[in-house]
Amino acid sequence: MASVAARAPVVPRPAEPLSGRILRVLGKAPVHLFLAVIGLLWLIPTLGLLFTSLLSASDLGGGGWWQILSKPSVATWQNYDALLSNEQITDSLLTTLQVAIGSTVLPIFIAALAAYAFAWLEFPGRDWLFIVVIALLVVPLQMALIPIFSLYNTLGIFDTVLSLILFHTAFGLPFAIFLLRNFFIGIPKDILESARIDGASEFRIFFRLILPLGLPAIASLAIFQFLWTWNDLLVALTFGRDTKPITVAIFNQLTEFGSNIEIIAPASFISLALPIVVFFAFQRYFVQGLLAGSVK
Amino acid sequence: MTAAPPAAGAPPAAGGQAWRKHAVTLAFLGPALLLLGVWIVYPTVRTMLRSFFDRDGSAFVGIDNYEDIFTNEVIFRAIRNNALWVLVVPALVTAIGLVFAVLTERVAWRIAFRTAVFMPMAISLFAAGVIWRVMDQQDPDRGAINATIGVVKDAIDPPGSLSNAFASTPALEGDASRGLVLRRALEPGDVARLGLTGIPPGQVPGGAEQAADPGPGEGIRGVVWRDFKPGGGTPGKVEPGELGLPDVIVVLRDAAGKKVASTQTGPDGAFAFDDLEPGSYRAGIGKATFAKPFGGVSWLGPKLITPALIFAYIWVWAGFAMVVIAAGLAAIPRDVLEAARTDGASEWQTFRRVTVPLLAPVLSVVFITMLINVLKVFDIVLAVAPGSVQDDANVIALAMWRTSFGGVNDFGLGSAIAVLLFLLVLPILALNIKRFRTEAS
Repeated sequence: MASVAARAPVVPRPAEPLSGRILRVLGKAPVHLFLAVIGLLWLIPTLGLLFTSLLSASDLGGGGWWQILSKPSVATWQNYDALLSNEQITDSLLTTLQVAIGSTVLPIFIAALAAYAFAWLEFPGRDWLFIVVIALLVVPLQMALIPIFSLYNTLGIFDTVLSLILFHTAFGLPFAIFLLRNFFIGIPKDILESARIDGASEFRIFFRLILPLGLPAIASLAIFQFLWTWNDLLVALTFGRDTKPITVAIFNQLTEFGSNIEIIAPASFISLALPIVVFFAFQRYFVQGLLAGSVK
Repeated sequence: MTAAPPAAGAPPAAGGQAWRKHAVTLAFLGPALLLLGVWIVYPTVRTMLRSFFDRDGSAFVGIDNYEDIFTNEVIFRAIRNNALWVLVVPALVTAIGLVFAVLTERVAWRIAFRTAVFMPMAISLFAAGVIWRVMDQQDPDRGAINATIGVVKDAIDPPGSLSNAFASTPALEGDASRGLVLRRALEPGDVARLGLTGIPPGQVPGGAEQAADPGPGEGIRGVVWRDFKPGGGTPGKVEPGELGLPDVIVVLRDAAGKKVASTQTGPDGAFAFDDLEPGSYRAGIGKATFAKPFGGVSWLGPKLITPALIFAYIWVWAGFAMVVIAAGLAAIPRDVLEAARTDGASEWQTFRRVTVPLLAPVLSVVFITMLINVLKVFDIVLAVAPGSVQDDANVIALAMWRTSFGGVNDFGLGSAIAVLLFLLVLPILALNIKRFRTEAS
């Protein structure tokens, strides 16, 4: 457009008349309206859970969560008070936090080591081994449940925080190695070579150069891994029936659904509040990680 | 692929140094290989072998477990349900993501919209399941979806004032779905007593007064009343303590069944049809009076559970598709689109002929990602579907878990289902490797 305008001297476009501007805005109104309705519809379910959690059991018996909209005074923190003095639930939250942190730090550290080897160390069979890692990316974790169940029983670590962390770590590795290796390989070669010429050991290079430079990728990965393990139900239900991460605790309540909604709703809301906080705090990394994971 | 540089400054590796180098490599790679080997590779092989043995692993049973998958009613239903998921979800999620991404592209407040739609991605599928279990409850007083449907339905087709009522004596025939009619034919001068019962005190229309038996008069007179008082009373007789039912529409038909007149009852339930030709008439109350209020769609019942689950699942994943596609959209060079528009293409043509083809790689990534996700769907089914309908809501991953750990405890059959799942995602694995190979070369 610009080049066309440069070649042919065009009369400057007259300022758009007011009527035209009004028409243009009106013409877009359906799109705005449509998006506003959809956006609202998308928020309602989560708000519904929040409102449910703020109503006493007796108020919930008398009607839906939307009664809070017409009568905000019925909202109460009593469910949350009860929940936070319920040791089973607070223990579950603590357990989940331990599992999620362990299952974030451990796989990322181990994956970073391996990714460095795949990106910058030379060894026989490197490409072949990396293809194996990519292949492991799609192995459904259902393939491991039964043998690991038996293995954990043999080792005597069944139903412990450690057993959950180790399982999450292993299944987090293929994606973490894949992502970090692709990131590390983009680090300029000169930086590494000059460090090697200066006599730095591979470990020194890894800790002093690669890890700091890889921080953006590590951050995205950490958020994903944290959310994934915090939100996990399948592994927790299989190996942590008594260790009881929060999802298992809620699941146990859910099997008697109806009578104890005043526990389920606030517990679910607490369990999803942390991921939402993490999501809003690190939105940029979250989206970056998503794009790196899929578009690549 | 970028080749790693040899250890700089080092002379050609002598024996000792080569060892050192390998030891360093092993230190970097070892922990990962150990974990991958013990937790993924070994179990995968083990599960494949295990699938040919019986439930406790003591006897080799050949392919019996695989035959079971397709003959066991519950497991086969899981496969059928999962097939529906595969057919519906990836296509729908990709399409919705595309629509949202395109519509928001030139809207100033797109960040707000995208955040709202993307937020469920941060929530676990399990928590999302709890959310939808609350939304999908059948009682319109509790489940928001049925409450919304109920508001619309009751506006179009309002419930009757006496939805629970039925006849107090056999003098009335018919039922709530057809309306009630007095069995006996009437002539002018007769009294029509339409006694109803089954009306809870709370549902007696406001303003009701003591029922009054009108007694014979000029035309046909009658009363509609709540033929019940504490202690019971005598059915068919208007007694003190029994209330008239006001505002009930009474219809009078002639012998041929043609509607002659209709009237409304007063506060004491009395009504009268005057100025009638001599002849035989029937008096009754139309079905509209007894129309039930909306009782709620059973989303969590056996028939609708899979559609309800798919709906919830799309709610979670649409944001993912939107964000990835929006990123792809932003990467399309503006001048390509401008050129199409300058050439006179309409917005739709530009979208259809330029935007979509340029987005094809991104769309296929979203589609394939969703395909894998849908094959492994698990948490949301367990959270939304009540225990009693889990057989109807079953999917492959859930069938595997329930068979192995959910009470059946058949590790042989469970392994076979896991292998089936693995075989289904295998083509995607081939695709991944191919993509890496082309990138590497």
